[in-house]
Amino acid sequence: MLRQVEGSKAVADTVAACRPQVICAYPISPQTHIVEGLSQLVKNSSLLGCEFINVESEFAAMSVAIGASATGARTYTATASQGLLYMVEAVYNASGLGLPIVMTVANRAIGAPINIWNDHSDSMSQRDSGWIQLYAETNQEAADLHVQAFKIAEELSLPVMVCMDGFILTHAYERVDVPDQDQVDRYLPPFTPRQVLDPTDPLSIGAMVGPEAFTEVKYMSHMKNLQALDVIAQAGDDFTAIFNRDSGGLLRGYKLAGAETVIIALGSVLGTIKDVVDEMRADGLPIGVLGIIAFRPFPFELLRNMLSGAKRVVVLEKAFQLGIGGIVIENVRTSLRGTTTKDFNVIAGLGGRPITKASLRSYFDKAHYDNVADLTFLDLDQQLADHEIAREAGN
Amino acid sequence: MKLRERLVIKLSTNPVKFYQVGSFAVGNRLLSAEDRSIQSDPDRTNALTSGHRACQGCGEALGARYALDAAMRASGEKIIAVNATGCLEVFSTPYPESSWRIPWLHSLFGNAPAVATGVAAALKAQGRTDIRVVGQGGDGATVDIGFGALSGMFERNDDVLYICYDNEAYMNTGVQRSGATPPAARTATTQAVGENPGNVFGQGKNLPRIAMAHEIPYVATATVADLRDLEAKVTKAMSFRGARYIHVLVPCPLGWGSQSCDTIKIARLATQSGLFPVFEAEHGEVVASTPIRKRESVEEYLKLQVRYSHLFSPSRRDDVIDHLQAIADKNIARYNLMSTENEGQ
Repeated sequence: MLRQVEGSKAVADTVAACRPQVICAYPISPQTHIVEGLSQLVKNSSLLGCEFINVESEFAAMSVAIGASATGARTYTATASQGLLYMVEAVYNASGLGLPIVMTVANRAIGAPINIWNDHSDSMSQRDSGWIQLYAETNQEAADLHVQAFKIAEELSLPVMVCMDGFILTHAYERVDVPDQDQVDRYLPPFTPRQVLDPTDPLSIGAMVGPEAFTEVKYMSHMKNLQALDVIAQAGDDFTAIFNRDSGGLLRGYKLAGAETVIIALGSVLGTIKDVVDEMRADGLPIGVLGIIAFRPFPFELLRNMLSGAKRVVVLEKAFQLGIGGIVIENVRTSLRGTTTKDFNVIAGLGGRPITKASLRSYFDKAHYDNVADLTFLDLDQQLADHEIAREAGN
Repeated sequence: MKLRERLVIKLSTNPVKFYQVGSFAVGNRLLSAEDRSIQSDPDRTNALTSGHRACQGCGEALGARYALDAAMRASGEKIIAVNATGCLEVFSTPYPESSWRIPWLHSLFGNAPAVATGVAAALKAQGRTDIRVVGQGGDGATVDIGFGALSGMFERNDDVLYICYDNEAYMNTGVQRSGATPPAARTATTQAVGENPGNVFGQGKNLPRIAMAHEIPYVATATVADLRDLEAKVTKAMSFRGARYIHVLVPCPLGWGSQSCDTIKIARLATQSGLFPVFEAEHGEVVASTPIRKRESVEEYLKLQVRYSHLFSPSRRDDVIDHLQAIADKNIARYNLMSTENEGQ
């Protein structure tokens, strides 16, 4: 149903339509409105057959989710930033145990310095956790990805993180076609766990595995992650068939036909980028956009194919590796190995700094003529930074 | 009459009848069939079966088996166990083997209470509350790294029985100090060196009392010296809904430097000296304590354990022994352990 709704509310209502049986959460900005919405839906009996557990920490939130999922319940939680880091040990445990938990990450910067605003450093820090990571461009996609996430998770018996930009999406009111219950029911079958704790068929889950089998266990997990690429793509196609809209999948191209320069990014910034690309196209510049929805696992082959006509790519990221540079760009480079495609890296939007059309236009105009550095920090106050660096060095 | 009541009355009214030479053990043959220990039944429940890799004389293996078999029987064999990382987890489930005959989940060191909450929540959502949940871990998992999760489980009054097998240090990692390590005890991180050898005085947590402060329905302590008492307390705990906590003292021959054959004896000396008070509390109030039958000095307890050997050689440390005796005396007064009031109930 079409509604003018806050992103968090759209997600909460969509998650409820997925009929979760256990929801556990610890509040952290900017995730709060999602779990507040869900707690209300459970409390007012809109969401029946669901236990909402207020836990004492994010570590407990993921741990409760582990116990519930292992007992065969469809399980959901949400977090952000420091909260995601606080639950990391359990995040890895959930994927290692193969539990199909769905978690929203309302993307937010990591401190110190403490900062509550959006960037991607929280979920990017979990890129090797074994969770599938999907990034939403709009609130419509954020809602839709949750429906797909449960399907993907349960089909693979793997946990899925749905990443949506904190505040920019979570707190934005916009038009969303919130998935209807009957549509969701047609798309998402009841959860049938692969293994479950059941006294009538006792099972030991979480045994200690030594050197003689650990490599094989990890290799099997690796293969399952590769298999996820097909499952994610199929989940997107199936979604379109029932909901009549294109949402999810692995990658989404925009004006790629004839594009010599392709901007690659994840999340809500893609909207701003598309506006700039529209303007540049209108000015006759051959530029396009490639949005990454599935960052883990990374669709190397598809990305390479979609970039076959590009002379250069610009990878815009809201997180980076200190002393190294971008994170996403390393995956893009792996995809493009052996090609002559140039790549440029721009780090933008850290700690919620606005990514403006003007700044993007200025940068893209130069990048299109290879006239930018390999690594650029968008809108960096270079003078201030240089001054402080010099002062710290005692000069 | 409930099983627990029968047991308490028989144990406390006719103690002499069950005395055997050199032992406080209760002879099963003197009891009616339904009052006999679960372990005496050839068709007993069997949560933790043989073949696991616990050390000889392991108090934790013994305590876990009695506790979980009792929980199995009390629940009609419908239990799910959640285990913290530790000796119990490692010795019972080296892949591809498992000693568990019940559904069993190990997640992490510090999250067993929260995982158990999740299991209970799932069962409630699925309408399967006939299946009961037991969380368990050692003292490190319980009083230290999992303490936040345990307190959260308590305050929400989640329908979980959590059992701590307390061997008073991190045994699985090689006997390091935990928040349950008693004063003066030698561990790998509180060495028997310097002017005040062993663990310091004035530190450590009393988790049963912390559990009581949450006003949960049931808190009890027990030891492997009185396994019938442990069975009875688990059975009683299973008669409550909500958060329940049982703290079981389980001597560790390896970590304590004691003879494997002395595990029961040492556990008994811990209670008979007053160092480990055995009691029950309901909704935050102590409702019963087990009187000391034959009082022993703490020295009798200490001298059987290498972890306290620095109190006796090269020179005797009467000051430290007296300090430990004072702790025992305080427990005896606090829990009324020398009382004869309970006898003849």
